[in-house]
Amino acid sequence: MDVNQYLEIFLDETKEHLESLNTQILSLEQEPENVDTINEIFRAAHSLKGMAGTMGYKRMQTLTHDMENVFSEIRNGTMKVNSNLIDTLFQCLDALEEYTGNIQETADEGTNDNQQLINMLNAFLKADGKADTPAQESAEKAKTEDENGPEEKWADIKIGESERLVLATAKSQGKNVYGLTVYVQESCLLKAARAFLVYKAIEEKGEIIVSNPPAQDIEDEKFDLDFSLIIVSECPMDEILQATRNVSEIEKVVGAVYEVEEVTEEKAPEEQEEEAKPAAPAQTQSTPAKANEKKSPGKPVVNRTVRVDIEKLDVLMNLVSELIIAKNSLVSASSTEGVSGTGFNEQIEYLESVTTNLHESVMKVRMVPIESVVNKFPRMIRDLTKKLNKKMELYMSGEETELDRTVVDEIGDPLMHLLRNAADHGLESTELRIKRGKPEVGSIFLDAYQDGNNVVIEVRDDGNGIDVEAVKNKAIERGVITPEQGDNMSEKDIINLLFHAGFSTAKKISDVSGRGVGLDVVKSKIESLSGEVEVKSKLGEGSTWIVRLPLTLAIIQALMVTVGGEKYAISLGGIQTLEDISPSEVKLVQNREVINLRGSVIPLIRLSKELDIESSKSPDENLIVVIVKKGEKLAGLVIDELMGQQEIVIKSLGKYISKCKIISGATILGDGEVALILDANALI
Amino acid sequence: MDELKVPDMNLSDVKAEQEAIQYIVIKLGNEQYGIDIKYVDNIVRMQHITRVPKVADYLKGVINLRGEVIPVMSLRIKMDLPADEMTKATRIIILKLEQHGTIGVIVDEVKEVVTLSPGEIEKVSYDGTDEKVNFILGVGKHAGELISLLDLNAVAMENK
Repeated sequence: MDVNQYLEIFLDETKEHLESLNTQILSLEQEPENVDTINEIFRAAHSLKGMAGTMGYKRMQTLTHDMENVFSEIRNGTMKVNSNLIDTLFQCLDALEEYTGNIQETADEGTNDNQQLINMLNAFLKADGKADTPAQESAEKAKTEDENGPEEKWADIKIGESERLVLATAKSQGKNVYGLTVYVQESCLLKAARAFLVYKAIEEKGEIIVSNPPAQDIEDEKFDLDFSLIIVSECPMDEILQATRNVSEIEKVVGAVYEVEEVTEEKAPEEQEEEAKPAAPAQTQSTPAKANEKKSPGKPVVNRTVRVDIEKLDVLMNLVSELIIAKNSLVSASSTEGVSGTGFNEQIEYLESVTTNLHESVMKVRMVPIESVVNKFPRMIRDLTKKLNKKMELYMSGEETELDRTVVDEIGDPLMHLLRNAADHGLESTELRIKRGKPEVGSIFLDAYQDGNNVVIEVRDDGNGIDVEAVKNKAIERGVITPEQGDNMSEKDIINLLFHAGFSTAKKISDVSGRGVGLDVVKSKIESLSGEVEVKSKLGEGSTWIVRLPLTLAIIQALMVTVGGEKYAISLGGIQTLEDISPSEVKLVQNREVINLRGSVIPLIRLSKELDIESSKSPDENLIVVIVKKGEKLAGLVIDELMGQQEIVIKSLGKYISKCKIISGATILGDGEVALILDANALI
Repeated sequence: MDELKVPDMNLSDVKAEQEAIQYIVIKLGNEQYGIDIKYVDNIVRMQHITRVPKVADYLKGVINLRGEVIPVMSLRIKMDLPADEMTKATRIIILKLEQHGTIGVIVDEVKEVVTLSPGEIEKVSYDGTDEKVNFILGVGKHAGELISLLDLNAVAMENK
């Protein structure tokens, strides 16, 4: 079977399952007795195994298989969860992630067998897993599907609609339907041959309807030590069992009457624990989802995502943008040509509501909760606790906050970096904390929330905070600043030095082992997403890293202004107020123009000067000032005229004109002209 | 002229050896230039160009081409000719380049499309001193006139 076309689905699903496993195993450590969690883990591991097997990734399959064995023991209550076991399981997940990574890059899982991990898992099994034999015995007798003892594997066979029909028909004809699991002796050399003999023996007595693994795989010896069958026969059970046991080198055969359900609802219990190795990847996709839905209604543990090609969405976005341009043309036509009549205006209003709705719904498709990114952090903090030998706890809030998909995909690394930073450099060692009278366990907070057109993610710790003097000395030592410069810098400026490229020694975001922290990489990454990062810190009390990201990237509300006869757009998001200032109110402080507005001193930025153009206003006229805010800084942009507020579509200027820092993009106005979008943040 | 003297034969050169290429002939001042038609996306009339501050002088700004924002450069300024005079014949040729994406160039006039076979093209000798020569791949002869064939990637390259 050509499986390449399923590779993408496989990767997506695998990542989802791994993520779910990570979260669930973590919560398993907290509450080892939670049955739901264990079941969830088991299911995810099982789906993983099935998928890896179908795709032909043998090493991955082997590893998951052994993990599944462990989970199975835990589920049966014969094995206790302890920290060691959890550690090993996490290592297994890492190994699986490595496989997945390899597959993503080369479509091959790589050659690492991870034999050591498998041995460790098996050691756990041997130490704890002896007690399951009685459970098997009882399971053998119990005929219910959900009992699912490890031996009665036939009960787990997934049967399709057609087989169900065959079985039901056979039953109505008075034939018996049996489920069988045959165990071949471990020492058996020709498993396939033995299986063939079993097949033959059974076929003399009745008919094999379903086989797991499929007959072809059994023939190719692609099965472990057991295989399960569902058969239709007129003979009594014992006769069939006897016939199969007569085949030599067969360890044992378990079997019972197979209950055929005809009502679809009753399929649920067996689908939950669906054990069959799915024949087609299509099945792997749908069954885990179904199982989840049925098992835990109202508690979506695995996040079901709609996979939409980003490219298609971009096309959609383009359409929307054209629609808005069309709307803008209408608006401009009505105001310039003075078309009268309410019908025309109604049209505009209608068009406006349509475009607004379309915009919103399209944006929503692109939005995903940051959950998928932050969910891996508790695990990371747990690892760091052990590695750094510091006690710490991660508190997260606002995981449901949504961001543009492209932003979410990119934000993981910078956030991880900030968290590691907080854990490594922020928090003091346990001894020091006790000495300082702080709680022994350090706290790291990750809070996400929406703030206007931005999403803010804060990484906070109650550690030592940033030692400004130390930073200054280090900066001087590294030659980032001269000692004289250092003396004149404000505390905030010095803290900002942390983001300076020369300050850090780490080269890549992933490289966290070095002493340098690579914050410049964090900063540039966030800025490439049109976001910004700032830091607040109080020595001895901890620091807060604030990452501010734009909610959407494509359509914004903007204030249209003119400067020297040219039209410019300023994003409404950053605008605080509009002021009318008389020239006499402008004062000079350190040779810079400032105004005193309701008690705060705000520097003025003359846009005409920044944009290299002559202002169309005479110097003695009142100034129109747009007060914009960046973080906590305010600035007043002096413009010539206000044109009004407009919804604009952001178009990139392209790589060719990327030099101009103060222009963040362009937009097309109703009359077809291009207006540039001013980046107020870059001006301040 | 010996071919070996031409440094950096690029792909379009190699192609020219094999088959005839169509060129759009444009006028810039008194000279005629040829632009390989495969790069030409569109030819539009002169329209309002929105100035972009703080960029090189030859970049005149951006225009709206059916909803896309396209940068426009002045070929004259780039080639150290006197600045453009906008006339009725002035056109913006929209080029699609692999390296630089879509760019518009302002030309005085678009004359015609000619087909030049490799035999009609002569390579220019390269002396590296004349900035203008760097933009020229070769000289084509057509109907008794000379057409300088532009190396568009070199034209689009940023000035040092």
